[in-house]
Amino acid sequence: MNPTLAHYITLSAILFSIGVTGVVVRRNALVILMSIELMLNAANLALIAFSRFHGGMQGQAVVFFVIALAAAEVTVGLAIILTVYRREGTIDVGLLRTLKG
Amino acid sequence: MGLISFYFFSLVAVVSAILVLSFRNTLSSGIALVVTLASIACLFAQLGAHFLAAMQVLVYAGAIMVLFVFVIMMLNLGQKELMKIKIGFGSVLGILFGSYLGILLITRLGFLSHSFGRLETADYGSVREVGRLLFTQYLIPFEVASLLLVVAVVGAVVLAKR
Repeated sequence: MNPTLAHYITLSAILFSIGVTGVVVRRNALVILMSIELMLNAANLALIAFSRFHGGMQGQAVVFFVIALAAAEVTVGLAIILTVYRREGTIDVGLLRTLKG
Repeated sequence: MGLISFYFFSLVAVVSAILVLSFRNTLSSGIALVVTLASIACLFAQLGAHFLAAMQVLVYAGAIMVLFVFVIMMLNLGQKELMKIKIGFGSVLGILFGSYLGILLITRLGFLSHSFGRLETADYGSVREVGRLLFTQYLIPFEVASLLLVVAVVGAVVLAKR
């Protein structure tokens, strides 16, 4: 027996919810960014599984763009975290309150 | 046989994803994420997307995570800044919310127990087929993505220089 579409989608859902838990629970800004990458990878897995199920390759082209986009997003996100660390001295998101009115 | 490898790689992916959240040291979380990305690349290959599995390892695990590790080491968080993972009311609520989301997604989407259909092309997942799509149907997103990468590089340089 081979894995069906439901296997891959269930795994994608599990990884996505682990990523969401990481964004909500952790207070280290770098780990939050890593959890966002985990969510993107779960979505990529779902896209490729559906693309394989469909027989076409459009899902793979979209995943190509998602990977490129994730690279750009991580670049800018890390630059922002670096700047915040230089200004505030911490990357604990619970302590970053300068926007609070 | 396909089921055994699927369960193996998905177990590795899920366990290392949970480890990303549970390490106190940020660098250990980064390494756990690299293991997750590598196992997801193996799942890509099992689904027939060979080119994208190689791209995932090269770009995601090989460039993005290297950038992450560089920044983690550059920030050089001291011992007092390696935060204790506060298991308070907020984090318990967060874990409950995450598991509720997971259960919701699985029960809503688990009915798709179809086997995979016929493949459209003979060399499915090859470089030629992805390239053919990128240069015909997805040409405009391709050019816009290159513009996006330039914008990201310029933005990162402007933000990060002293």
